[in-house]
Amino acid sequence: MNILFFYASIAVYVLAAAGYVAHFLKPDRKGLAGLSLFTSFVGFSLHFIYFAVRWSESGRIPVTNFFEAINALGLGIMMVFVIMELRYKVPALGSFMLPLVIILMLPAMLVSGRIEDLKPILKSGWLGVHTSLAVLGDAAFAFACIVSIMYLIQERQLKSKHLGAIFHRMPSLDIMDTISYKALTLGWPLYTLGMITGSIWANSAWGTYWSWDVKETWSLIVWLIYLVLLHLRTLGWRGRKMAYLSLAGFLFVMISFFVVSRMGVGKHSF
Amino acid sequence: MSIVVVGLSHKTAPVEVREKLSFPEATVADALKKLMTYEGIRECLILSTCNRVEIYTVVEESVKGTESIKQFISEYHNLSREALEKSLYIYPESQGVRHTFRVASSLDSLVVGEPQILGQLKDAFDFALKAKTTSTVMNKLLKKAIQVAKRVRTETRLAEGAVNISFAAVELARKIFGTLDEKTVMLLGAGEMAELAARHLLNNGVKTIMVANRTFERAVELANEFKGSAVRFEDFPAELVMADILICSTGAPNYVVKPEMVHKVMKERRHKPIFMIDISVPRNIDPATDKEDNVYLYNVDDLQGVVETNVQGRQQEAEKAEDIVRQEVETYLQWERSLDAVPTIVDLREKIEDMRKRELDKTLCQMNGISEDQRRAMDIMSQAIVNKILHAPLVVLKQAAANPEGGDVISIARKIFNLDRELKKPSHVHEKGFGSGTTVEEKK
Repeated sequence: MNILFFYASIAVYVLAAAGYVAHFLKPDRKGLAGLSLFTSFVGFSLHFIYFAVRWSESGRIPVTNFFEAINALGLGIMMVFVIMELRYKVPALGSFMLPLVIILMLPAMLVSGRIEDLKPILKSGWLGVHTSLAVLGDAAFAFACIVSIMYLIQERQLKSKHLGAIFHRMPSLDIMDTISYKALTLGWPLYTLGMITGSIWANSAWGTYWSWDVKETWSLIVWLIYLVLLHLRTLGWRGRKMAYLSLAGFLFVMISFFVVSRMGVGKHSF
Repeated sequence: MSIVVVGLSHKTAPVEVREKLSFPEATVADALKKLMTYEGIRECLILSTCNRVEIYTVVEESVKGTESIKQFISEYHNLSREALEKSLYIYPESQGVRHTFRVASSLDSLVVGEPQILGQLKDAFDFALKAKTTSTVMNKLLKKAIQVAKRVRTETRLAEGAVNISFAAVELARKIFGTLDEKTVMLLGAGEMAELAARHLLNNGVKTIMVANRTFERAVELANEFKGSAVRFEDFPAELVMADILICSTGAPNYVVKPEMVHKVMKERRHKPIFMIDISVPRNIDPATDKEDNVYLYNVDDLQGVVETNVQGRQQEAEKAEDIVRQEVETYLQWERSLDAVPTIVDLREKIEDMRKRELDKTLCQMNGISEDQRRAMDIMSQAIVNKILHAPLVVLKQAAANPEGGDVISIARKIFNLDRELKKPSHVHEKGFGSGTTVEEKK
């Protein structure tokens, strides 16, 4: 029953994506941006209901296997997007963000959505806190990455002086730089908290705060990349270099998400 | 006598070439006088803007005249002929007229429909008038060109909502900065176009403007006009730290803004983006500056790219304008024909001979039974009358042909004998031709 909400949310996302793309192609259709945002919100709500129903059915936060993790990441990105869209009103973001969220969710549709039994070691109050913080952090990084890609496309057009058809529809460099930075300043503290809570949980479960598990090490690399990035930002780095760093950072997040967690080694494999 | 236009524009040559061939304002009078000493050049005018350098001439004979103009350009600018040939275009006679009208109507502009070119052409005309290098033909051509431009402006919507360099600049600034409310503009040097761009940015939200100029008084004057602050020219690199948009148009012969300077400035402004617009020809901002991160340098040519996307919707209006130009070229050519005595003499002879024959035939048809001799006698008599009547006018016309001021006589002759066949004009074409003697200019 609950999987219906999942498919419904994806269907609504497709509608919202179509709306945003249509608005992107013809920006003078003013109402379309608001309608698409509303549709996105409806999709997000359905998605959230699915998440909540699954949570109540399984009796634990649904972030424990590959399907659930991707699902939660998609939900997180949508949340960040809706918040940013309400705050900054840059509808062009939607025409990039929604298709990418849909693409991200595709593997979730392919793997089994069956609720699996949880390993006893994971049964803990920390599970929800640790995973939701980490996934929200990743979602913010994903958001920043997509905006950075848009930034780089626009920046390249401006530098090369060959302004394509897409140029006039893209947001300004300044707003994209601001939004991606905002997303990072949101994502990094969440990610940090995710690591701290994980560490506390590890101590209570395994008796050690840090054990150089593959996932732990990889997450540390991700955390350090974004730390360096934010530090350089305070030194005045901005624009293209920041966008590339954000891209690099998210590449490591993706590897952590799709490769490290799936390798079947270490304590984080699921 | 014919019109020849030789030149190069943004369509045929990049800014690097145009700047080499440009004639700065101060040197135009001198250049005009030099050009007049070349063989076969009767009248001339030089139009030198950042988008085009063109020499308008009235020459005795177009092939030789063209050679003289090319010779002049290569000698004046110390360039080999081969280097020139590649980028120069040549419009002789009716093509020259058409080109002149198209330039004046802004149909040949970088930004089609932009209003500045007409002013620039008028200025060039003024220079030539002051230097006394124009006469009947050039004056007529230019007055007509101004008239055509005004027609295009009022009868088409080409100029509407357009779009010149300054519009392009605002559009780009928006794509870099989003809103322009908090931004600061620095105007370095002062040219008409730079001021226009600055004014546009101010109209679009920019609040703060700094003006730097070699003559500080001029900077103060402009700053007052824009309600901004004046900056001494030596101080501009330090003040550049505050500027988000730099509009540069100093008329200096070399680079004023250099990469090292900008590198330092960017560090100090913590790499906040800066949008540089170089309107000057020759350029004043070293192109290497563009390599710096977060610096977006656009010269006049680059701005074209921004503008082109706006142009498509105006294609239709441009076609209307081309129609107007086509009609006006025809009216002009008719006037030009009238200047030349030979065609007038031929026209006059033909017309009278035609009349004579027609009337003779009519009469002979009505007279039955007259002999062949009588017929011949009547023919001879009618010829004699025609020749006697035409003798004096033809003498006057021949004299007029030898005299450069004879154009009036010829045109009067054409009018008296009604030699101009009616031009077929669409109903919306206004009927005022050259003969009326008043141009829109004079009415003001």
